[in-house]
Amino acid sequence: MTQEALLRTPLYDAAIALNARMVGFSGWEMPVQFAGIGQEHHAVRKDAGMFDISHMGKFSLQGKDVLTQIQRLVPSDLSRLQPGQAQYTVLLNPQGGIIDDLIFYYQGLDLSDQQRWVVIVNAATTQKDKTWMLENLDTRQLTFHDHSLEKVLIALQGPKAIAHLQALTQDDISSIKPFGHLEATVLGNPAFIARTGYTGEDGFEVMVDPAVGVELWRSLLSTGVVPCGLGSRDTLRLEAAMALYGQDINDSISPLEAGLGWLVHLDSKGDFIGRSALERQKQEGVKRRLVGLQMQGRNIARHDYSVLFEGKEVGIVTSGTLAPTVGSAIALAYLPVELAQPGQQVEVSIRGKLYPAIVVKRPFYRAKK
Amino acid sequence: MAFEYPDHLKYTDTHEYTQLEGDVAIVGITAFAIDQLGDIVFLEVPDVGTEVTKGESFGTIESVKAVEDLKSPVTGTVVEANTEMADAPENLANDPYSAGWLIKVKISDPSEIENSLSAEQYRGLVEGS
Repeated sequence: MTQEALLRTPLYDAAIALNARMVGFSGWEMPVQFAGIGQEHHAVRKDAGMFDISHMGKFSLQGKDVLTQIQRLVPSDLSRLQPGQAQYTVLLNPQGGIIDDLIFYYQGLDLSDQQRWVVIVNAATTQKDKTWMLENLDTRQLTFHDHSLEKVLIALQGPKAIAHLQALTQDDISSIKPFGHLEATVLGNPAFIARTGYTGEDGFEVMVDPAVGVELWRSLLSTGVVPCGLGSRDTLRLEAAMALYGQDINDSISPLEAGLGWLVHLDSKGDFIGRSALERQKQEGVKRRLVGLQMQGRNIARHDYSVLFEGKEVGIVTSGTLAPTVGSAIALAYLPVELAQPGQQVEVSIRGKLYPAIVVKRPFYRAKK
Repeated sequence: MAFEYPDHLKYTDTHEYTQLEGDVAIVGITAFAIDQLGDIVFLEVPDVGTEVTKGESFGTIESVKAVEDLKSPVTGTVVEANTEMADAPENLANDPYSAGWLIKVKISDPSEIENSLSAEQYRGLVEGS
């Protein structure tokens, strides 16, 4: 069996120069850690850290009426977005299952009155999303461009992220609200700056050309931003109870089950793929729900471990870790709705033994404003 | 990165070390293994009195990203287990060869250790080629 070569981002050499430990991830060779997952995690919570997320899929859509078309793909009402705003949402299949979670950024009209949208999706699902979108969009009415391999994307995250980035741009980035974005200039070059992230902290995601990306990484490093890998990205997002596609959500789980009901806007928008499935679920009520679990001891619940109640297997853990900021072992798990209440005691089967856990409110961690 | 592999210890290719004191083997894991795992978040050692078997699991070690079995380099009975380290496994990396021992085993067959790797051989294994 031949193994396909892993792709490398333009920041690969920078990671190697910092002795990062590299791993294969969704077809990419990515840093899993630099100095250590715990250190990187705390840097993002207290100061600022940066992640190379250039492996993520990056699309742009342009056309007279892109909105009408993309409204059919997602359960969120994208017509609410003003230029410079964005919406975290999901692509749904007809059964209401999640094809991917992603962000739609509305950039407004260009000089010829064409709507401009940017879409950023998971690395592992880039091809799947692209195929799905091209099948379900009328490409005679709009231009779809895949920039995935053309751009560097750096996530600069943490309470001090804004100060580090502001030093490298003339634009006032404090004017960008959470989930807002701006076409700006960074280090004298065009940059797409969004106030989004996957850590539960304030921060920015900056998309630039590869050479600028390398320079930006170097500049941020020199001002003390801590380079971070996929390991701390996972512990940070899990404390913030943000779903990881392929692990906490997938093609057979609906947003209503996954605790993403807040992005389903059935009342304010028309038809979309998966609508009837979600309506039915809403009417009948979902049978399972994603919950937060806090382990009562040191044992860590991991992906695919069983959750038991009164000796019976009732659910499954989708993600789990020892949470560095929370200071205990936490997990996300699907449980039957009748057990999906904070305070509910359950047990997790870890290597053949049962350990107590308690259902807690998500997120496990919330940044102080 | 180069790590220390003390000469007075014996090593296995699964990254455990043993230190023989009379008929008791002190068992731990090497600095290389700890570095490979990354931040250690969980350690489970057996109770005193547990019978362990060479090549078989005697406990579990977890880092943020991975769960690994600890494999016993010897056969015998656990006479002491480092519960202090199990309560604070993040300290394991600071001192894997003294404070970071995991179990002490009263061994039944000292010849089991004869085939273990020397420090030099082990270093060659993990740093070689």
